[in-house]
Amino acid sequence: MTDNFTGNARHSRLAQFHIDTPLLLGLLALIGFGLMVLYSASGQSIVMMERQIVRLGIALAVMVAFAQIKPQTLKRWSFPLFVVGVALLVAVMLVGSVGKGAQRWLDLGFMMFQPSEIMKLAVPMAVAWFIASHSLPPRILHLLGGVILCAVPTLLIAQQPDLGTSILIATAGVFVLFLSGMSWRLIALIAGLISAFLPILWLFLMREYQRQRVLTFLNPESDPLGSGYHIIQSKIAIGSGGFDGKGWLHGTQSQLEFLPERHTDFIFAVLSEEFGMLGVLILLAIYLFIIVRCMIISSRAQDNYSKLVAGSFTLTFFVYVFVNIGMVSGLLPVVGVPLPLVSFGGTSMVTLMAAFGVIMSVGTHKRMLAAP
Amino acid sequence: MFKKRVAIQDFAAESRLFNQRAVFAILFVVLMFGIIVFNQYQLQIVSYQDYQTRSEGNRIKVVPLAPNRGLIYDRSGILLAENRPVFSLELIPEQINDMAATLAELATLIEFTTEQQDAFLKQVRAQRRFNSIALKEQLDDQEVAILAANQHRFPGVTVEARLSRHYPFGDLFTHALGYIGKINTRELQQLELDGEAANYAASRDIGKIGLERFYQRELHGTMGYQEVEVNNRGRLIRVLRSVPAVSGQNIQLGLDVGLQLTAQQILKQHRGAIVAIDPRDGAVLAFYSNPSYDPNLFVHGISSANYNELLNSRDRPLINRVTQGVYPPASTIKPHLALLGLESRTITTSTKIWDPGYYTLPNSDHRFRDHIRWGHGWVDVYTAITKSCDTFFYDMGIKLGIDRISEYMQKMGFGEKTGIDILEESSANMPSRGWKRARHNQPWYPGDTVPLSIGQSYWTTTPLQLAVATTPLLNRGKLVTPHMVTAFNNGETTAAHIIPPRQVLEVENEQNYAVVMDTMHQTVSTLGGTAYRAFLGAEYRSAGKTGTAQLAAIAQDAKYDADAIDERLRDNAMYLGYAPYDNPTILVVVALENAGGGGSNAAPLARQLMDYYFAAGVNRDD
Repeated sequence: MTDNFTGNARHSRLAQFHIDTPLLLGLLALIGFGLMVLYSASGQSIVMMERQIVRLGIALAVMVAFAQIKPQTLKRWSFPLFVVGVALLVAVMLVGSVGKGAQRWLDLGFMMFQPSEIMKLAVPMAVAWFIASHSLPPRILHLLGGVILCAVPTLLIAQQPDLGTSILIATAGVFVLFLSGMSWRLIALIAGLISAFLPILWLFLMREYQRQRVLTFLNPESDPLGSGYHIIQSKIAIGSGGFDGKGWLHGTQSQLEFLPERHTDFIFAVLSEEFGMLGVLILLAIYLFIIVRCMIISSRAQDNYSKLVAGSFTLTFFVYVFVNIGMVSGLLPVVGVPLPLVSFGGTSMVTLMAAFGVIMSVGTHKRMLAAP
Repeated sequence: MFKKRVAIQDFAAESRLFNQRAVFAILFVVLMFGIIVFNQYQLQIVSYQDYQTRSEGNRIKVVPLAPNRGLIYDRSGILLAENRPVFSLELIPEQINDMAATLAELATLIEFTTEQQDAFLKQVRAQRRFNSIALKEQLDDQEVAILAANQHRFPGVTVEARLSRHYPFGDLFTHALGYIGKINTRELQQLELDGEAANYAASRDIGKIGLERFYQRELHGTMGYQEVEVNNRGRLIRVLRSVPAVSGQNIQLGLDVGLQLTAQQILKQHRGAIVAIDPRDGAVLAFYSNPSYDPNLFVHGISSANYNELLNSRDRPLINRVTQGVYPPASTIKPHLALLGLESRTITTSTKIWDPGYYTLPNSDHRFRDHIRWGHGWVDVYTAITKSCDTFFYDMGIKLGIDRISEYMQKMGFGEKTGIDILEESSANMPSRGWKRARHNQPWYPGDTVPLSIGQSYWTTTPLQLAVATTPLLNRGKLVTPHMVTAFNNGETTAAHIIPPRQVLEVENEQNYAVVMDTMHQTVSTLGGTAYRAFLGAEYRSAGKTGTAQLAAIAQDAKYDADAIDERLRDNAMYLGYAPYDNPTILVVVALENAGGGGSNAAPLARQLMDYYFAAGVNRDD
């Protein structure tokens, strides 16, 4: 295991398929644990399990497929992909279909497609492409270019409105800039600017329901049967789990459906209730393992573009985990972010696995290219 | 060369820079995970008890179980008040998305009034969550079938079977049993004051009047409950714990269905009351007030049309004439006064006075008339009672004086509530000097004592009070407390309900009781006695006293002419009788409003009742 962890890929048979064994094991452990929780959270629905497994299969296939693409190829396609993504976002704005009060989907005839998913990959890739085409640390001008690359899709997605995704995409781009070595002074400056931007966000950009979510987050007990219901029930589920949980399939909050969205966004509460603090620690350990492994891969990557893309994907993955757990356990306001690879859900899982595919590609193509 | 070196240096520096940032990022990730772990620790370890409690509170609901109301039986075990399953259409508001549409659709299937709908909607706003609320009660079989067939179309709409009170004899026992109805706000407050409210969490009904009200506590029983696990929609998942309700006690009455039916039948033509008690222990054998009404109308909430009809009826069916009908006792109290006269030695058995057909007070011209205009001639106490001579009692009353009469009669129970086990009772009135001063602010005149001596003027009594106040005459000074309930049964054991008679009179000469009872026997048994004709040919030997209460004042020289005055002002007919004359087991009072003379109208009814009583052997095993 230690050997695997250090990433001696040459010894792995999977390396021939550009698969990073430790990362794959980490992901499989997560998927396994996730399916177990989902079985309970779905009310032991076989149908839902089947659908999730099919999706996971597709996502794994996508991951393997992406792992086969050389980083150089990815780099070449980064900007064109970004342009296509922006074009699709504009198309959504013009002809997209409305679902749950937001215009996010593009009807392709045979399936509904959410272009913002492409941008989750395309934005960090494009920013990394742009930054890596100059020497590091980037100069102010290059940073500005990176910021513009982030800002265009972010604003397009924010007006759908899909604030959560737009912030995540902006974050992914910003991670590239951070990893590229932008100066701490600049980071401090930007942090200051963002704090100054928050009131504008609150007053002009956020919709009423989004503001309500934040208010509810600040004081969930103010409206226990209305908007505070989710978070109160979620905290009850987590708290009543105790140290070792109520046992698999025995969480009363989740099995009796007091917990809303239990198989999607709030699945972490189900896990907390049934497996207790112990289960949470195991989950966090798996996540941490995956993140650390990905960062190791990133730092060993052969060129700056690969490092930046892989590092940004890794940190974005962490943000997903943190935001979801944070909102379910009352640390953050409720935003619709699933728990990666555990929540029941579609497109975002495929995108996520594609990102892991890219990371694997970065990790496994390195040596071959480094060889003379 | 230069370029290349720069590139290599750059690469190393860039790599270092990236690694720096990567390490920093990992540290940041670890820190953030640390925050999550700390927060989990706060929730799952520090506040565990609190959240555990709230989680249990979410899933466990305590559902109260209503006890079955105790049944009521007549003396031979015939059911007088039972619990029958009735079907009601109930809705759970939380499970209905569009109430207006649901109601509109239901209206196409079965009929319900807007009154019912309004009452339902009013309840919806007031009820606790996930309670089902009745829209229409007492569904008939067809409605139940229609609703069952369409059940799938109406989530949240159910047909519930509940036990509901039913009085199979309808109007026969109304004034005795009373009825139950929905608990109202005032009653709920009273239950809370009594600390009983918790026991009524599942109960919808409460005794409103009569025995149902008096024995509410015994009949109600003790609530049970179920601890159930529910889901977020309040649907029951499983029962965790169950404590069954304890049914209310069954009660047995001294009333007899046959006797009661006889009473109803013979009273059919009259407004009035019949009451029969066992003079030995006070058990009530018959208790009927006419007109009566169907108590079942009240159980599910009486319609306002029906209620107004009862309330505004000129015959006032809602009045319980047995205990609330306040009538002048008229001559029926002559035996009671005779006992006082004998005891106080105001008269003896050989005292005779001359009756010219009227009585005048000294220094007065006002003639107090006897009911026989030409008078009875010489009368002693026997004649005075058997022929109901008024003059004899006028004279004796004046000699006794108001104070002695008032005090003695009160001891026998006149002017006092009898304490029967229903609360709808009047104490009627036994006048005294103090009473007249307080009531009319006038002194007592001898002229007030004269009519009082024949049970007229201010003296009033209820039929039940008259019966009860007669028991000291038959029991050598012992007064009974009348009671309809004779036994309680909790399903396993039966406990007799006995109230021992109280000694209220201490007589100097026990023989005086025999004299008084003898005069009453002669009233029935000797030719010329006022009740002789009514009891002619009876197969048992009874005793009694008639009474005719004058309601309209008659001018000094005028003659009472029943046809000439308003029907409502005609005389009340009274009869007080008991049998067997020497060892009475039944004591009957008949009071008929505006029926005429007691001997010819009330006494024959008492005869019919007693005929049935002896023929059917109602009280034989006692």
